[in-house]
Amino acid sequence: MKSTWIPLAAALAACVTAAGAEEVHVYNWSDYIDEELLTKFEEETGIKLVYDVFDSNEVLETKMLAGGSGYDVVVPTGSFLQRQISAGAFQPLDFSKLPNAVNLWDVIQERTATYDPGNAYSINYMWGTTGIGVNVAKVAEILGEDAPIGSLELVFNPANMEKLAACGVHFLDAPTEMIPAALAYLGENPDSHDPEVIARTEAVLGAVRPYVQKFHNSEYINALANGDICVAVGWSGDILQARDRADEADNGVEIAYNAPSEGALMWFDQMAIPVDAPNPDAAHTFLNFILDAHNMAAASNYVYYANGNVASQEFLEEDVIGDPAIYPDAETLKNLYITTPYDPKVQRVVTRLWTKIKSGT
Amino acid sequence: MNFRRFLLVLVPYGWLLALFLVPFLIVLKIALSDTALSIPPYTPTLDLSAGWAGIKDFFGALDFENFVFLTQDDLYWKAYLSSLKIALISTLVTLVVGYPIAYGMARAPQEWRPTLMMLVILPFWTSFLIRVYSWMGILSQEGFLNQFLQWAGLTSEPLIILNTNWAVYIGIVYTYLPFMILPIYATLEKLDVSLLEAAEDLGCSRTEAFWLITAPLSRSGVIAGCFLVFIPAIGEFVIPSILGGSRTLMIGKVLWEEFFSNRDWPVASAVAVILLLILVIPIILFQRNEQRQRELEQ
Repeated sequence: MKSTWIPLAAALAACVTAAGAEEVHVYNWSDYIDEELLTKFEEETGIKLVYDVFDSNEVLETKMLAGGSGYDVVVPTGSFLQRQISAGAFQPLDFSKLPNAVNLWDVIQERTATYDPGNAYSINYMWGTTGIGVNVAKVAEILGEDAPIGSLELVFNPANMEKLAACGVHFLDAPTEMIPAALAYLGENPDSHDPEVIARTEAVLGAVRPYVQKFHNSEYINALANGDICVAVGWSGDILQARDRADEADNGVEIAYNAPSEGALMWFDQMAIPVDAPNPDAAHTFLNFILDAHNMAAASNYVYYANGNVASQEFLEEDVIGDPAIYPDAETLKNLYITTPYDPKVQRVVTRLWTKIKSGT
Repeated sequence: MNFRRFLLVLVPYGWLLALFLVPFLIVLKIALSDTALSIPPYTPTLDLSAGWAGIKDFFGALDFENFVFLTQDDLYWKAYLSSLKIALISTLVTLVVGYPIAYGMARAPQEWRPTLMMLVILPFWTSFLIRVYSWMGILSQEGFLNQFLQWAGLTSEPLIILNTNWAVYIGIVYTYLPFMILPIYATLEKLDVSLLEAAEDLGCSRTEAFWLITAPLSRSGVIAGCFLVFIPAIGEFVIPSILGGSRTLMIGKVLWEEFFSNRDWPVASAVAVILLLILVIPIILFQRNEQRQRELEQ
């Protein structure tokens, strides 16, 4: 009896360690990678990749704070990352396992250090801005050729919004993006954490609320591309994807993206490894794979977002690296602002204000 | 003998204890805690290694602050009231639609009944989420319903139904209809038809016979159906978030926001505890009343 059990136990143990070492669970935003890269990763490394997606920072953060998510790599946005680092949700990266980290771009590293001091816990995956996407022809038809499509006037001035309403306007359902934008429109510091200053945005957002068809974080891509709506406040790459889909469909819809002249939010999606990741080694292998210049360029060419990898730039296509909406020129860059996380009391004020604006209660 | 009875009683009580009381106490404990930036995001957590002092500290740190907070903002009671209203109206509509269907099924020829039963149950074979999503395609401005109405010349402009409370009512009634039909059908099918014949022999009209005999005898099915619809409808989150608009205020959505946007698990738990009390207390009172009436009748 004994003799049959020993090899069986050994085989089982081998299975367990093999499964443990050769799997990596990645949790990333939806529509945020060239899926061919996932197959390429499995072929190159022999590690089995389990790739799940989410659509809001809040969902990811709740999983991180509950603990035991089972993920090895997650992709929070900067301000969310900062809070999760202080909650002890991530482990410091082992840069000896990330030789490709030399490719990281210092311009972006400087900025992400605000959220992750010394960039010890995360690497930049993609970054972008929050701005305004317009259906060029329809907006010109409604507001005239000199419509302020590059300004927050377009979406926060009730006179403009009233005329645009029939054609359709979508806003992001993300208070941490819309309230800073309203503050920028008022000429206040967009990153203000003062509840009294934040409260002033209610007048701005409340006045245009009746003309907003929907608050949503992803529907505007198709709605813009199909010509169902005229204006969306959204994320740069998503609006550029809408532009691309309209081009492919050849439906006569021309979409343009602009970072508003009053200032636009610049955000950074960072890859990090949870403190309780089951396979931290495989996670490092995945991060190193992403940090490869060719791979990162392939991802950016596919999703139309800029990345924090300076070595990848020579492999980027001209309509990515040459587009100031993706890689802003020095002039636009000056106009971009970043935000820091709210403490729980201010967060409550912000969420409450947002509910009030959306539901009228 | 006594031991066997004890075992018999133990099983349902053990079930209730493990699957209702213990989870409830965990939620209640979180409701009495404070938020913290940690994993898990609240404090205190029980530290048994500190012994008696640890337990004392633990209970000392619990308070009712979060429940007081719920009374200070009108958002919460407005959301509770609005959920109650939506759940009540949906339950009534489901009853009005479901009763005739159950009645028809119970009066249908014996050989048809399994097929009819199948038709009621069949939608469950498709994911609930997909069925709710498909209502988006029916109710949207370019959807099937509006296309049909405009084709038939009933409206010239598309009706705006999606993203309003109307869509929420349609979604809830559609989703929960089988839960209303099945218990009513079960009581109607058992009903002795000779009672109705006797009533008609004694001079009742068919309508009178329905109200005097069928309605009271199917009462238990109606009550069961109403509970099965009302209880999940009041805490419904999926249907209002897919079909409702940003003006649809329901407690399930408020709870989601407390949990995810505010990261305030204690306040979210307090909202859940109050929701449970709103449901459990009236149901207990109702059942007591039922029991007393039954005893009186005997």
